Amino acid sequence: MDITDILNLSLLASMVRLSTPLVLAALGGMYSERGGVINIALEGIMLAGAFTAAAVTARTANPWIGLVSAAIAGLLVAAIHAVATIQFKADQVVVGTAINILFLGVPALASGAMFGSTGSTPQLPREQTLPDWNIPGIDSIPILSQLFSGHKPIVYLAILMVPASWYVLYRTRFGLRLRAVGENPEAADTAGVSVARMRYAGVLMSGVLAGIGGAYLSIGQNSLFTRNMTAGRGFIALAALIFGKWHPVGASLACLLFGLAEAISIRMQGVVSIPVQFIQLIPYVLTMVVLAGFIGRATPPKAIGVPYVKEK
Amino acid sequence: MAEDLKYAVEMRGVTKRFGDVLANDSISLAVESGSIHAIIGENGAGKSTAMNILYGFYAADSGEILIDGQARSIQNPGDAIRLGLGMVHQHFMLVEPLTVTENIILGSEPGSSFAIDFKQARARVRELSEQYGLRIDADARIEDLSVGQQQRVEILKTLYRGAQILILDEPTAVLTPQEVVEMFAILRSLRDRGKTIIIITHKLAEVLALSDRITVMRDGRVVGNISTREATAEGLARLMVGREVLLRVEKTDAHPKDAILVVNNLSLESSTVHGSLNDVSLEVRAGEILGIAGVEGNGQTELIEIIAGLRPQTRGEILLEGKSIDRLDPRRRKNLGIAHIPEDRHRRGLLLDFDLAANSILGVHRNSPLSGAVLLNEQIIAERANRLVREYDVRPPNIALPARALSGGNQQKLIVAREFDINPKLILVSQPTRGVDIGAIEFIHKKLIELRDAGAAILLVSAELDEILSLSDRVLVMYEGRVVGEVDPRSVSEEEIGLMMTGGKR
Amino acid sequence: MKKLLRELTFPLLAVVAAFLVGGVIVWIVGDSPLLVYNLFFTSAFGSVDGIGYTLFYATPLIFTGLAVAVAFKCGLFNIGAEGQLVAAAFATAWVGLVAPEGWPAILVALLAMLAAVVVGGVWAGIPGVLKARFGAHEVITTIMMNFIAAGIVSYLTQYHYRKQGDPILETLPIAEMKDGVLTGPHIPRMHDLLAPLGINFPERLPLNLAFLFALAACALVYVFLWKTKWGYELRAVGLNPSAAEYGGISIARNTVMAMALSGMLAGMVGINDVLGYRYRYYDGFSAGYGFTGIAVALLGRNHPVGVLLAALLFGALARSQLFIDIFTNKVSKDWVVILQAIIILFVACEAVFRMKSKRSG
Repeated sequence: MDITDILNLSLLASMVRLSTPLVLAALGGMYSERGGVINIALEGIMLAGAFTAAAVTARTANPWIGLVSAAIAGLLVAAIHAVATIQFKADQVVVGTAINILFLGVPALASGAMFGSTGSTPQLPREQTLPDWNIPGIDSIPILSQLFSGHKPIVYLAILMVPASWYVLYRTRFGLRLRAVGENPEAADTAGVSVARMRYAGVLMSGVLAGIGGAYLSIGQNSLFTRNMTAGRGFIALAALIFGKWHPVGASLACLLFGLAEAISIRMQGVVSIPVQFIQLIPYVLTMVVLAGFIGRATPPKAIGVPYVKEK
Repeated sequence: MAEDLKYAVEMRGVTKRFGDVLANDSISLAVESGSIHAIIGENGAGKSTAMNILYGFYAADSGEILIDGQARSIQNPGDAIRLGLGMVHQHFMLVEPLTVTENIILGSEPGSSFAIDFKQARARVRELSEQYGLRIDADARIEDLSVGQQQRVEILKTLYRGAQILILDEPTAVLTPQEVVEMFAILRSLRDRGKTIIIITHKLAEVLALSDRITVMRDGRVVGNISTREATAEGLARLMVGREVLLRVEKTDAHPKDAILVVNNLSLESSTVHGSLNDVSLEVRAGEILGIAGVEGNGQTELIEIIAGLRPQTRGEILLEGKSIDRLDPRRRKNLGIAHIPEDRHRRGLLLDFDLAANSILGVHRNSPLSGAVLLNEQIIAERANRLVREYDVRPPNIALPARALSGGNQQKLIVAREFDINPKLILVSQPTRGVDIGAIEFIHKKLIELRDAGAAILLVSAELDEILSLSDRVLVMYEGRVVGEVDPRSVSEEEIGLMMTGGKR
Repeated sequence: MKKLLRELTFPLLAVVAAFLVGGVIVWIVGDSPLLVYNLFFTSAFGSVDGIGYTLFYATPLIFTGLAVAVAFKCGLFNIGAEGQLVAAAFATAWVGLVAPEGWPAILVALLAMLAAVVVGGVWAGIPGVLKARFGAHEVITTIMMNFIAAGIVSYLTQYHYRKQGDPILETLPIAEMKDGVLTGPHIPRMHDLLAPLGINFPERLPLNLAFLFALAACALVYVFLWKTKWGYELRAVGLNPSAAEYGGISIARNTVMAMALSGMLAGMVGINDVLGYRYRYYDGFSAGYGFTGIAVALLGRNHPVGVLLAALLFGALARSQLFIDIFTNKVSKDWVVILQAIIILFVACEAVFRMKSKRSG
């Protein structure tokens, strides 16, 4: 096996699949952060989504119910974040950290109580995971079929969410108001826009999307939940968001890049002598470089991290 | 005629308290429809608070607001907008990375929830801009516009929302004279088209030139309500200040000696006119107070901060007793004998959560005997702090209290004590009496004169012209980052210096 | 004294509230909260072994709690203690592995400690420099540095310092038992330290000299922050950078210094684990100490005494984990992790409770 066996079409297809949870979480993070709320809880929310999807599917034998439950679970976890940071004006980073720790514990405890296991859910039979969808028309075109057909529905959702998020952010009322709130909440407030409501919406959106991203891991890509199965993907999504300068297209391209890195590192395991650890480090190193301003500067929304308090 | 007199806005008995401060004490005022109504008063008189209540930004503790004769409850800016109110804040409420159109439509976007009708929005912005002569590019980004243009965007914003009543908070504070003239023309044209305009200011000349009626506020109360035709500058000033005598400080003539501070061709480049310095040269001698007069934001802050070492200049040099200090950090400059009373004591001057003792050493904390090689010398610090608190009458005299617990006047006295105690050769003083009670003002002024007579060189910046004229031995006037002239504070007339400050005479 | 009590009130309330919520969770899962509470107290405090283990588990948390607290005092959020301690622990073992054969063990142990502190400091110092120089947000950069540390260390362990065929990702040992004597660089266990004083501390307990280092670190951090001119400057920058700048205090220098100090403290975890307990670098040795350190610092109000108390609480929880896991039907050791998160959430929302109580009072 040599390098050409690694760089082929199935690698790109694998990139598309591996990027999917990242894209969803990164877009989720974008809604939250564009509204001015740092969301380092993406990891915890993804874990919540992944566990809920697998657990509910295991009980109901229906992955669709599992998927919806994951979205709801993400929403609820994000609601904790939102209430604490927006209502109670708690520090966004502290709350995000707490949520990440919380969902290291909750799935493990719940899996023990529900399934008598130590942190994982029962293996789902193949027919109980999300189905592969072939896209009529595309599935007969040679190269495109391999790239864009035969994926899980969540993959298509992620692909659709990219232009949709662009549209929402730049063409709708909600998007304009969200961006305004993240840059200058006082200005938005004086224009009659409710800062709290926009921020709630942004954070809750991040919960739904990251929750679905998590579900992809447990009932799409795999067929069970295992302890800490996100393995830092929430943080990679955060890195992609920054690397993509908080722009839906930029962030998604960054996710593709990071997904490609992951795809290569999986294929290289035991094949080529470059240690996989170095490929896995790419997202983190790139993010540091961008934050330091070595390759184009990443400027976050101006009001990010600051609870909105009216003066006096 | 009498029944034609309609009030666009009436406030009756509006009261607002912030903690222990009574910001508005039963305010009542009435604004005629289709007029320009000025609300004047000194800093902290409660003007902005009253207007922020009217605009729904703060909730009043009690009182009543009537719009077009009907009692209304205004809970938030959204309510105010629906009632036809629009406000242009002193600090612009604009989202910088967004375009003019996006800013203007924010909060009341045309089109459906799912699609903003940008075409319609842009057309409407253009139309309004032309109708009122505002000349604004609908697609420009706010961050690329000048201050004057941004202010016009703010006005457009209110008009776009169908405002019939415009509130402007200190609209001319940030404008160049040409922009002021344009702004007045715009405001008049708005009034002539039936809009009601409320303008908050403390500049008498502008009030007399522009308004139809004037409400004067002092210490949170309305103290006068007069037609502009019957008003005189002197009468208004008396009402505003509330005492006949302008501030007079007892002092003898200065006996200046050698130059302590020499500033040569100091320049600071900045993206805006406000915040730049252009070729400033000056000299302060031992035993004199040099005052810098000027409207705020014309480079005074930058000048003082550059001399103090808090920001670097683009060009030019600063000499202390003939030696360049350009490369020294603020601590080294302080050790050479430069004291600095900063303009914003909360932002710069104090660590509000530190106790008085810890605040009393800020900037000299590395000096012997206050600290040794490693440790702070707590006992000596406490003794010194107690002495300063006693000598400068800081109340309450408890050095274990956090600075936050002190009133503005006592906080300022603590800073003054700390800075004056180093036996300064040069004292940089910025807005020394802002937000400070009368007693503390007199105390601080007396101390400044004492230090001058003891041979210190003092560079004084203040927005209060009275303060500049009564304390200074010489006065330079700054405008748009330049020194536009020097006047003798004993003989200069208000008109003359006023013209210089506003760029009317060079 | 009164001040101390006032300071303690809220953290205590937060802990009690978290235990109550935790009890409800136990009840939902289907066990008896009282049983769990009982297990917690008896296992953590009910015997010499219990106390010994509690102190042992508290040791790394004292270091990380102090680390987070020092950064907080300068207005910085060090989420990267985890990466710093991983890098430092590896460096500790690395010194032991590469030190020439003939060097005295004590010298190598000292060098290894130095390596722990220096590597921890550098690993945190990098985000400090990026913040001071480029304004890069330390929260994000320290998170990234966590992953980078984990990756590099796991690579080095896997490819260069592992025993051939060892299924566990760990380095070769740096000290081993030879004829009943631990030979190689290490620090003494509490048993050996207390024996000369005539106290018979059980030999089986892993509590070691690092615990005394941790206590010393508490005292030193206190002196540093509140008694030295550098601590004064660091706190000034944390409270109000503009005022600090006005007072001639360099924001950039203090940012880097606070982060480096923070990392040095976090790095000392490596001393406890590598030189005092395992005598090798074991990948995955940290049970999230860096993150628990955030909870410890918050609960301890960023004060060394508070950090010590909070670390003891979390140490006790860590000690009781295993017992709760075994002696209940359904509750697993993860209950403790959840409790941690709830405590952080309560402490984070403290401002609200304060405001409420002020309003009603």
